[in-house]
Amino acid sequence: MSKQEFTVTVYTENQIGLLNRIAIIFSRRKINIESMNTSPSEVDGIHRFTIVINETEDVVRKLCRQIEKQVEVLKAYYNTNDEIVWQELALYKVPTDIIAEKVKVERLLRQYGARAVAIRKDYTVFEATGQRDETDKLVSVLEPYGLIEFVRSARVAIIKASHGFHEKLKEFEQSEPGEELIENEFLNKQDEVFTM
Amino acid sequence: MNTTEIIEEESKIKKKPSSMVSGSVALMDAFLMEGVDIIFGYPGGAIMPIYDALYDYQEQLRHILVRHEQGAIHAGQGYARTSGKTGVVFATSGPGATNLVTGLADAMIDSTPLVCITGQVFAHLLGTDAFQETDVINITTPVTKWNYQITDATEIPSVLAKAFYIAKSGRPGPVLIDITKNAQLQKFPYEGYTKCTHIRSYRPRPIVRKKFIQEAADLINSAKKPFVIFGQGVILGRAENEFRKFIEKGGLPAAWTILGMSAIPTDHPLAVGMLGMHGNYGPNLLTNECDVLIAVGMRFDDRVTGRLDKYAKQAKIIHLDIDPSEIDKNVKTSVAVWGDCKETLPLLTELIEQKTHPEWKQRFNDCQAQEEDICIRPELNPPSDAELTMGEVVHLLNGITKGNSIIVTDVGQHQMVACRYAKFTQSKSNITSGGLGTMGFALPAAIGASYGDPNRSVVAIIGDGGFQMTIQELGTIMQSEVNVKIIILNNRFLGMVRQWQELFHEKRYSFVDITSPDFVQLAQAYGIRGNRIDQRDLLKKALTEMMNHQGPYLLEVLVGKENNVFPMVPQGCSVAEIRLK
Repeated sequence: MSKQEFTVTVYTENQIGLLNRIAIIFSRRKINIESMNTSPSEVDGIHRFTIVINETEDVVRKLCRQIEKQVEVLKAYYNTNDEIVWQELALYKVPTDIIAEKVKVERLLRQYGARAVAIRKDYTVFEATGQRDETDKLVSVLEPYGLIEFVRSARVAIIKASHGFHEKLKEFEQSEPGEELIENEFLNKQDEVFTM
Repeated sequence: MNTTEIIEEESKIKKKPSSMVSGSVALMDAFLMEGVDIIFGYPGGAIMPIYDALYDYQEQLRHILVRHEQGAIHAGQGYARTSGKTGVVFATSGPGATNLVTGLADAMIDSTPLVCITGQVFAHLLGTDAFQETDVINITTPVTKWNYQITDATEIPSVLAKAFYIAKSGRPGPVLIDITKNAQLQKFPYEGYTKCTHIRSYRPRPIVRKKFIQEAADLINSAKKPFVIFGQGVILGRAENEFRKFIEKGGLPAAWTILGMSAIPTDHPLAVGMLGMHGNYGPNLLTNECDVLIAVGMRFDDRVTGRLDKYAKQAKIIHLDIDPSEIDKNVKTSVAVWGDCKETLPLLTELIEQKTHPEWKQRFNDCQAQEEDICIRPELNPPSDAELTMGEVVHLLNGITKGNSIIVTDVGQHQMVACRYAKFTQSKSNITSGGLGTMGFALPAAIGASYGDPNRSVVAIIGDGGFQMTIQELGTIMQSEVNVKIIILNNRFLGMVRQWQELFHEKRYSFVDITSPDFVQLAQAYGIRGNRIDQRDLLKKALTEMMNHQGPYLLEVLVGKENNVFPMVPQGCSVAEIRLK
């Protein structure tokens, strides 16, 4: 099984120290986290971690089970890039005078869908959202024009097949969940081995 | 209504007239409500308000003062393992808390329920490198099932309720609660203690899917050479009877892991012995010959599986476990039955056919006979001119205890020999550090074990190396008059490492030659009766005298310096490559 990019989505309680509990599940196996984002989710009070790693599916499945084992984790899912819609945000700081002088730069920025978010006399900050290869490409395009600074956010991702977490949470809140309740989606669906 | 509204609504109903109490008193009340009757601990600056509160609760909450916090937590583990209850441990901040780490790791890997309370500096000092401040939460995160820092006394009742619930439910494990000194002192309107029964993000009791029980039963019914391997899950799930019915109905030969040992009597007709690196010959060899391997409440540790890519490749594997992260972790299963084996085993027993597998069972007997000839007889009945063996000590002890004692072992050769040859008639009798392999475990764990089951005698079997790692707990035995019998199997070597150096490092005995104090004199200094034996003809009498003695007793037995433990599955080899010599 070869390594590929996986996006791990974790729904959790909002608890101090949980970030560490999740992070050490990766670090103890010496796995590098490519990017990690924590944010609120569609459900009030439930946090959502989006973690990108390069691993084999076998390992990712084990990681997800160990993440889900943490007391304050509700669910952990993993997806390949085809199964998600994902974006990253990047900021680029470029000398203002060059942009003013070179018409080509303006055309490039337009082409990449970048927007100016701050314009100063000496520099201008552009923002672009997109996937890794798109935002990376803009870096290489801007480099000859004196790119001063570049930063990219962690990935945020929406799972295409997901119906959101509202309904699931209701099930979690019952002390005796029904038989029909949710299989662990990160497992092979044909198995249907697990219910929560 | 969302959860918080529900909780508020419920609390309105339950509201009792409140009284102002300190966080420490609320903590004591939590222990009483959880049925705690004993605490193993050591006081210090940051936990003094809790100890002050404990002073008024001495009648209900017995406190055993240990000599080192590691001793406290191993005692808590021993208590939990023999009583089936949750062990409670106290330690102060900083060094007190860090001294718990080994025990936490041990309890984590061996699934032992513990609630550890550590004191912490005042909340306003957190992060300032205050005196005896350590970031205990972050240090202990990888080795706890759950941990939490309390900085406000009002949190104490609900957090303690969660702590006890998490420690004991599902796959048990250690929980650490760090309480800042201000929270211990703070008075707050106390409205009583409510036990926790549900945490929405935590599902300790999985729903059993009948479909997989049926698939497992079909596999077992079709098997010609079925083989059951079981671990501590059977004991933790209190499913000993369910397990016996299961193997008896199916006529299934069953072997235990080191922690599963004593779940069924060692002389049960279907018991075929111990798995693992120094386990029995048959269970290891025939793992690679069975057609259906049924794993119950065990986790395929590498000491059990040997080389994974040559492990039971011919067999269909059924895995019953309460922890979904264990399934397919090391060994790929054909059928996974996720659930508490107390529930799943009866369902499975219902569906399997009443059978016996005499020819298959005979294979185990044949292997046993081979092992008898080559390994067991020379160990248990050595020629009269040979040095004493560890095995004959355990063998003679069996004759005296009749398998009714709790045996607590440390880590190393003596542990393997004791677990190979000890006889048990009751569950929760074999207490040892299995997963972590913590030398120094046995002496403090034996102290806890004797409080966990005061009606049974406790024998700690310890090597000369491990004994010196927590030797200070002789002080605890002295002060609290703990009735444990200590057998030191002294080979004047760190025996297991020496054995490996002999077999795999051309006898380059690098720093395994360990000298010891006069253990008998040392015991005497602690007011503990002791005796030393180096002759075979005195051994039985010495053991009898030890067991008949009222109170603690230390018996040092000088055994052969360079005896090895066999059989052995060398590291990196498959279980079928087990060596008898």
